[in-house]
Amino acid sequence: MAGGTSFLPRLGPPLTLAMLTLPVAAGLAGTLLPAFGYLPALGGERLSFEPFLTLAAEPGIWRSAWLSFSTGLAATLAAFVVTVLFLAAAPPARLARISALMGPLLAVPHAAAAFGLALLIAPTGFLVRLVSPELTGWTSPPDLHLVNDPHGIALIAGLAAKEIPFLVLVALAALPQVPAARSRHLAASLGYGRIAGFIQLVLPPLYRQMRLAIFAVLAFSTSVIDVAMILGPQTPPVLGVRILDWFNDPDLTMRFCAAAGALLQLGVTLAAFAAWMALERLGAALRRHLASSGTRFAHDAGMHAAIQALMIAPALTLFGGLVVLGLWSVSGTWRFPDALPAGFSLDGWAQALPRLAQPLLNTVLLGVTASLIAALLAILCLMREDETSRHGGFVQRHALTFIYLPLLLPQAAFLFGLQFLFVSVHWEGRFAAVLLAHLVFVTPYVFLSLSDPWRALDTRYMAMAAALGAGPWRAFLAVRAPMLLRAILSAVALGFAVSSAQYLATVLAGAGRLTTITTEAVALASGGNRRIIGIFAMMQMLLPALAFAIATLVPAWLWRDRRGLAA
Amino acid sequence: MHGLTLEQVTIRLGRRMLLAITADVAAGEVLTVMGPSGSGKSTLFNWIAGFLDPAFNATGTVRLDGEDIGAKPAHQRRIGLLFQDALLFPHMSVAGNLMFALPQSVRGRVERQARVEAALADAGLAGFGARDPDTLSGGQKARVALMRTLLAEPRALLLDEPFSKLDADLRAQMREVVFSTARRHALPVVLVTHDEADALAAGGPVIRLGGSEGSM
Repeated sequence: MAGGTSFLPRLGPPLTLAMLTLPVAAGLAGTLLPAFGYLPALGGERLSFEPFLTLAAEPGIWRSAWLSFSTGLAATLAAFVVTVLFLAAAPPARLARISALMGPLLAVPHAAAAFGLALLIAPTGFLVRLVSPELTGWTSPPDLHLVNDPHGIALIAGLAAKEIPFLVLVALAALPQVPAARSRHLAASLGYGRIAGFIQLVLPPLYRQMRLAIFAVLAFSTSVIDVAMILGPQTPPVLGVRILDWFNDPDLTMRFCAAAGALLQLGVTLAAFAAWMALERLGAALRRHLASSGTRFAHDAGMHAAIQALMIAPALTLFGGLVVLGLWSVSGTWRFPDALPAGFSLDGWAQALPRLAQPLLNTVLLGVTASLIAALLAILCLMREDETSRHGGFVQRHALTFIYLPLLLPQAAFLFGLQFLFVSVHWEGRFAAVLLAHLVFVTPYVFLSLSDPWRALDTRYMAMAAALGAGPWRAFLAVRAPMLLRAILSAVALGFAVSSAQYLATVLAGAGRLTTITTEAVALASGGNRRIIGIFAMMQMLLPALAFAIATLVPAWLWRDRRGLAA
Repeated sequence: MHGLTLEQVTIRLGRRMLLAITADVAAGEVLTVMGPSGSGKSTLFNWIAGFLDPAFNATGTVRLDGEDIGAKPAHQRRIGLLFQDALLFPHMSVAGNLMFALPQSVRGRVERQARVEAALADAGLAGFGARDPDTLSGGQKARVALMRTLLAEPRALLLDEPFSKLDADLRAQMREVVFSTARRHALPVVLVTHDEADALAAGGPVIRLGGSEGSM
């Protein structure tokens, strides 16, 4: 709008792109060189394939790579199938209510959800306790691999349960952009069942809108570390966990092996992408076959209830796990196989408090700083977008891909490289280094969260403000920002949640010295003190929940007398 | 000279010519631009107001009281806008909306409040200052929107279907209020509409866009 008068918004897009692409590019280079033996600080002065030979000689390396590939692909596929079946079977009118329920689940950090699941289904977990010894006869924990099973079933379940809410929200956000209702009526009038009609007519355009998000889920699931440490197989673990182990090995030359492993991780994720694209073709062919044969599945009403139950299962599991976490955090003595603790006490909290204070402070400082910087960048980009054209040049048309870039790569592939760079400039363990690493992941989510409501605001309000004499900044501060206050605060809260959930970025850039609630919680995982784990996982959940509560309550209170802004 | 002048204005999208127009709008006069949707009326509206999407290519000159304002950003053109929706800022009170429009050259809280109160009384809405704009009736909102636009001391008015959402009797009443106000303030007015009755009530020259190029 109001062309060419504002200097700052002009900086927005280049700054944001630099913020997202430079650390990724530098990190990839920083992984590539040591992977081929070049890292002068550790005596690697010429290129060689030796790190790969070391890597290939590691016991169980191919098993680890296969586990990363298979669990990540299976979790993404499961989450996608459940999401699609659910959207197809649920009555459209109920979808809004469901999205309101999904929001809070999205804010639960992966590690906390994984702890919840572990405390729920482990041999010593809540479910076994609930039916023991009455139904099972067990008076001591059974020797079963219910979590950390060698095939990674628990890991797949945990990842899928956490990704379903994300995919459902992505799909619900994209649904208004496809002619869903019209297509469904058309399919119904041709005699197609609700599910078949959805898959034939709504899914193809919807899938195109969801595709980037699905690949982000795939990249995350095939390279996840924190969830795998809690739920995944242990002999051997998935590739990401092993890379981190090599990186932390007291024998510093193992870092060459870690870099080679990070490159292998990139290959594993790309292989999963290729497999997914093959599945896409298979699915499309199957859909075409059903369409040309006129298969209608007209009598699918019986399945609707079953599918909705299928949807409720992961949600219940997540909620159930969180409740068990809460129980553990305030439990007194809780012997196996008692279903409930013998008593409740806050002793655990009192003991954990001194250990909690510093990580808590770090988490809050990082989360607030990162989400505010990301929000500022997103706002500058969107102001610039209004000044220029929305249908403009190359950068604008491809901006979305650039913004997704850090989410489409396995974190390990560039975070280890970034860490090598931080070490070489003595930045490791500094607040600024961790902040930069967090911003790479926080900025995309904040931008994606803010851009829809920003673009949805009637542009005539801003035209009106300018016509009344307000320059770009006054128009933003006095009109746009207050009208979008809820959306802006929600984006900041999401940014805070993303920052507080970062594990690998914090562990690496923080060099183990700068700890957050999440890194401390994951570090506790192997210790097995359920009370302390419960407390740290509760804190992990409470912080983003608090941020989202503020984002909801502040605008509601400020605009309590303004009917036009009622949610 | 006083008034709004459009000299050999052409607007293109890619190779397609959307419109070509030359017109003089004297102070107090209403120029009506008519045409079906897609004829380029809102493109012309956006160009005069300073909001044209850079995807369009415009040539020609727009003068306001003799001054070429084509290079000025929208917020320095002092062209008042009215749309079919009142577009009162929903987070401000009625008085807050008017206060936003009042130029900064009007100094002092007492003086500013007095100007706002006077404007409200002028619109027959004395005492409505503290109200939530969303609680006003359609006609009341339209009057507040007009007052807000006038308080910014515009040198011309640009109207985009401003009466189309009002009831029939309210519509006639608002037409009368807006056009007589423009005459009283000696403001040139460009009215973009598809309603013949608007053109008739405006009583000024009419340009028809769409199909053939409109020009005078």
